Amino acid sequence: MQNHPVYTDNDPQNELSTLNLGPTHPATHGVFQNVLQLDGERIVSGVSTIGYIHRAFEKIAEHRPFYQITPLTDRLNYCSSPINNMGWHMTVEKLLGIEMPKRVDYLRVIVMELARISDHIVCNGVLGVDTGAFTGFLYMMEHREAIYEIYEEVCGSRLTTNIGRIGGFERNFNTIAFDKLRKFLKTFPKTLKEFESLFNRNRIFVDRTRDVAAVTAEEALSYSWSGPILRATGVDYDVRAMNPYSSYEDFEFEVPVGTNGDVYNRFLVRNEEMWQSLRIIEQALAKLEKEPTDIFHADVPDFYLPPKEEVYNNMEALIYHFKIVMGEVPTPTTEVYHSVEGANGELGFYLVNDGGRSPYRLHFRRPSFINYQMYAPMSRGMLLSDAIINMSSLNVIAGELDA
Amino acid sequence: MGKFSNEELLNKLNAEFPEQLTVVGEPFGLLTLETGKDNIIAILSYLKNDAALQFIYLTDITAIHYPEQEKQIGVIYHLHSLVNNVRIRLKVFMTDGDVHMPTATELWNGANWMERETYDFFGVIFDGHPDLRRILNVDDMTAFPMRKEFPLEDPNRVDKKDYFFGR
Repeated sequence: MQNHPVYTDNDPQNELSTLNLGPTHPATHGVFQNVLQLDGERIVSGVSTIGYIHRAFEKIAEHRPFYQITPLTDRLNYCSSPINNMGWHMTVEKLLGIEMPKRVDYLRVIVMELARISDHIVCNGVLGVDTGAFTGFLYMMEHREAIYEIYEEVCGSRLTTNIGRIGGFERNFNTIAFDKLRKFLKTFPKTLKEFESLFNRNRIFVDRTRDVAAVTAEEALSYSWSGPILRATGVDYDVRAMNPYSSYEDFEFEVPVGTNGDVYNRFLVRNEEMWQSLRIIEQALAKLEKEPTDIFHADVPDFYLPPKEEVYNNMEALIYHFKIVMGEVPTPTTEVYHSVEGANGELGFYLVNDGGRSPYRLHFRRPSFINYQMYAPMSRGMLLSDAIINMSSLNVIAGELDA
Repeated sequence: MGKFSNEELLNKLNAEFPEQLTVVGEPFGLLTLETGKDNIIAILSYLKNDAALQFIYLTDITAIHYPEQEKQIGVIYHLHSLVNNVRIRLKVFMTDGDVHMPTATELWNGANWMERETYDFFGVIFDGHPDLRRILNVDDMTAFPMRKEFPLEDPNRVDKKDYFFGR
């Protein structure tokens, strides 16, 4: 962290001013409040207040059946909802001991990597906006739209996706989805390249971001950081590589790391992760060629809701539908911790089950919450304008912060 | 799997802290141990600083409430040894009358908000914590909402009464 001289004596010339940064400041991209003590433009101290959009998801989850918790996870990190959805599905599948067919795993990997790209598009684009470059953001936003259109084909919604079900997907990918995906893979690398050439060696951008809010690996680990911001400090911790889930072990990809953990490094790590995500998606598409095209869920009638036309016309499906909805399928009494690599860190689900239809206790390990707590201490001595871009580069999402 | 098995880890811990740890189980390969509040910081510190174990990463701190047990409130730690890629879960249970725990903020800075969240929702008081305030709920709240006796909806709310709907 930077050390700048701080004037705190009683000379009235050096009086500190208090600034309420947030909760609804346009530069903070979400509901964040920081009460800052300023000495001119330099931050002397800050206190973060969080919880403005706390919605008690953990409490609500204790009263809901497993499959109704997916929409709650949508609203954690709403820039990459599919990762949250699938993290939750995989947690329940781990609890129930459901083995997924390879095709479902690969489809999930595609959707999760698209979500990671869309999240990084927003984060890096907004970082550009905050340093005064609007163009890159607009170039990239077009492709986030393309990703949302792919979600639309797969699940019907765009932002809070509620994508997939426990045991697979609710429907198969249609050909339009694959067409849109291929089109995206063809057009996006060009834009990403353009985006990188706009920023990576841009003198203004580099001057604004290099050595700003630099964090050492020790500090980052002590604050339990995870995700791109931890990797920017040089720690190669990625859940996808370390504890592979959803057949990530079948894919070849690199975990990009930075050197000194400043805003510029975080930006570069995210850009490189987008390239790696594209690589993973292309591998997944190639692998899908060898899989049967009609499998999109595991064969678990006890937990996977049958299609409605079956329910209305078929006795067996009706029975399963009834059993699932009324919660009459026994579940193991145990506890499970499952984590996935969310777009901004390790998203963990700690589920304690008592055999009922809803969790006895569900705790979300939310990367935004844990990453954000260093914000006020690390802002000390920083310029106010640097603190703003630091917040953008942490990629803290208010929904996930406050759960 | 990591460089050491759960069994080796348990043997090592038992040698260092004899008769202070109880094995809860090994659900899904994650070794789960229970201990008392007097030892927890020594155990966490040993796990973090031992040259072979290196549980340097505090994944999470949270709590759980079992109203029907004598020791109602449990605080749960998840640690991760990034070098060896092994995780461990530690639990400490306490009675409702004595919800004091030593703080882990001296070991990890990241424990600060995790403990504040645990205090906010379960009322566990972490002794020695530098700034133990509510974090997500409003400051003047009196209840601890994740405890089981706290209702999901405010029982005093009137906007959902049947007569509003002609019932």
